[in-house]
Amino acid sequence: MAESSTLAQTIRDIVQRHQKLPTRLLQILREVQDRLTWLSTEAINVVAEELGISPAKVRSVAEFYSFLYTAPRGSYDILFSDNITDRMLGNRELLHYLADRLGVAINGTRADGRVSVGTTSCTGMCDQGPAALVNGYALTRLTKPRLDRIVELVNAKTPLEQWPREFFEVVSNIRRADILLGRHFADGAALRAVLKRGPEAILEEMVKSGLRGQGGAGFKSAAKWQSCRNAPGEVKYVVCNADEGEPGTFKDRVLMQDYADLVFEGMTVCGRVIGARQGFVYLRGEYRYMVDALKATLQRRREAGLLGAAILGDASFEFDIDIHLGAGAYVCGEESALIESLEGKHGVPRIRPPFPTTHGYLNKPTVVNNVETFASAAKIAVEGGNWFASRGTAESKGTKLLSLSGDCERPGIYEYPFGVTVRQVLEDCGARDAQGIQMAGPAGHMISAKLFDRRICFEDLATGGSFMVFDQRRDILDGIRNFAHFFVHESCGFCTPCRVGTSLMRDLVDKVHTGHGTRADLEEMRKLGQIMRVASHCGLGQTAPNPVLDSLDQFPESYERRLRSTAFEPAFDMNAALEQARWLTGRTDPDAYLDEEILSRAMP
Amino acid sequence: MIESKLKVATCSLCGCFGCHMSLLDLDERLFDLAEKVEFDRSPLTDLKELGECDIGIIEGGIANVENVHTLLEFRARCKILIAMGACAISGGIPAMRNHYELKDCLEESYTRGIGLVDAQIPNDPEIPLLLDQVHPIHEVVKIDYFLPGCPPSADTIWTFVTQLLAGQPIALPYTQIHYD
Repeated sequence: MAESSTLAQTIRDIVQRHQKLPTRLLQILREVQDRLTWLSTEAINVVAEELGISPAKVRSVAEFYSFLYTAPRGSYDILFSDNITDRMLGNRELLHYLADRLGVAINGTRADGRVSVGTTSCTGMCDQGPAALVNGYALTRLTKPRLDRIVELVNAKTPLEQWPREFFEVVSNIRRADILLGRHFADGAALRAVLKRGPEAILEEMVKSGLRGQGGAGFKSAAKWQSCRNAPGEVKYVVCNADEGEPGTFKDRVLMQDYADLVFEGMTVCGRVIGARQGFVYLRGEYRYMVDALKATLQRRREAGLLGAAILGDASFEFDIDIHLGAGAYVCGEESALIESLEGKHGVPRIRPPFPTTHGYLNKPTVVNNVETFASAAKIAVEGGNWFASRGTAESKGTKLLSLSGDCERPGIYEYPFGVTVRQVLEDCGARDAQGIQMAGPAGHMISAKLFDRRICFEDLATGGSFMVFDQRRDILDGIRNFAHFFVHESCGFCTPCRVGTSLMRDLVDKVHTGHGTRADLEEMRKLGQIMRVASHCGLGQTAPNPVLDSLDQFPESYERRLRSTAFEPAFDMNAALEQARWLTGRTDPDAYLDEEILSRAMP
Repeated sequence: MIESKLKVATCSLCGCFGCHMSLLDLDERLFDLAEKVEFDRSPLTDLKELGECDIGIIEGGIANVENVHTLLEFRARCKILIAMGACAISGGIPAMRNHYELKDCLEESYTRGIGLVDAQIPNDPEIPLLLDQVHPIHEVVKIDYFLPGCPPSADTIWTFVTQLLAGQPIALPYTQIHYD
């Protein structure tokens, strides 16, 4: 009794702090879980009661996000990043090593409730893996000695604050800087420009700059701002998409960590141009480690008159920014799913149109831009559109941040003018022996060496920035399999072509990978991929078959050398499926077995 | 010139024969069908041996060893193999046992029933051994066409068969594959 009233009081305090706003539900659940390690039915019911919404609604959110738990979880929750780049660095061995040393099953919780160990999608530390999260905080450069130390810390119940700082050190690895990362930016310069020249003039500079959405989709940013500015309504919002979930991308991490002022300034300029007074940064849960620093930066900006009421002393210039932390859902990188999540719901993409510029957050006109886009916008406000447009190609102005990882000597962030060739990038990062590149992440494209002279820009190879190198030692199909599993985990489940399609594709890839595939399976993959492309509700399902479809064309040999010579192979081991019945009946007669010879009868 | 008739075989594996009942619901259209095809092994003819056929139509999923043997034989002897109905396509109602251990299923029937004398799980070699789970038939052999429904209505079967025999792509009208 005493225990449950404490639980209720804990939750009530948290909900109070969030002004009992249902839009804060995800943030509330995160905090409740931080205190209680998991979200019990009792906890969910109290949250629902306090917010005045149904328990089912709370549960739908609690069960949607992979960092929220509706079953007991260890006080130390360790999740290994399981991107292909982590695998290249040996994360699987480390995962098993740690689980063994802690005496816990993988994806399980130790009997004493102290610790859980599992895996999660790419945590955005590809340039400094193998990586993991402990209670949501990023661990980098894991090694066995480091894991030995972690075992001691867990067993001694050492609070995270007392763990060695270097375990959590995240370095930026900026290897090549151009106009965005390289030039000094004085805080407030863009705000002074927009005040001095007015929103129309800045919008004009944005048009001249030709800036396109740097998340990868490439929509003209000025058109987005203009549409939102023109949309009727007093209340508008600016949203910065820092839900950088595409495996292999980590440029937004570096921008938020080292260039937060530039990003905030870009958002504030946008607010002034479209007439918004509130902005949100939707930060992916994996980047939780930087929340405190970001909040401090926001506070410093408020104190310096660069944020809040009366910016730069002008009473008509009011804009503030809140940080909203995600909870492990790749689909929330899609802008309408992100808005749903921002509203405290589970992140399922909306039907578009209407687009966010007219019906966004709380159905109000909203600009959603990528982190890099806002950073570029701040520079454009100061230096002008022509300055920005002087770099790049005809259709892709300015520069692009690439996140280099995988088999190269110098992984990290490379800023290039649009139009750089893949070959140039490979040379600069020290990838001497590249066999293939996964461009723009699993949702992007797999390219082989014959395409290395192609250029990185919207006219040729568009990318959000992920650039994962596979050298000659690698088995391309290992990567494809990793991506196929990734999409199954990240499909939001809303539409059938994606929910079922990603699972079927995973099964087919697994079947080929384990040497049971046949030509019929490769044909089936193509057919299935085509259905997913045309029938899925959002970009996730539409792009999920890309790695398979690309590699079937670009790397046919990685599939073909694994195929059985038969035209068809069963999806399961039929003889093993009889084992239980043999045991139950004690039968050993010939009819109690299905051997290879019998099965081969139907297979020409 | 007399055109040689196409040979058609049908069978029911782990199903309820409902799809075959639906086939009988073709009623007088069965006469038209008999003009175009000759039935080989099928519950309609009561032939037990399967010859070389053009088309094989399978009802039901794969639950035991005999199902596997029959299906493999159909695949080997039929040029075109069709999965008819929910059980063949997805395992259907019998696949509901997949949520339980085979042991629990058999014990429930044979050792925990009321009024059983000398209760035991049957082990007669003539009884086909059960697989631990029920599978759709496309997990065992390559299937060329899937005809949905539980069962597919006679009209659906008729549309499908006439289009297939005419060498046309299969296009079932909405009303024949939706039940809302």
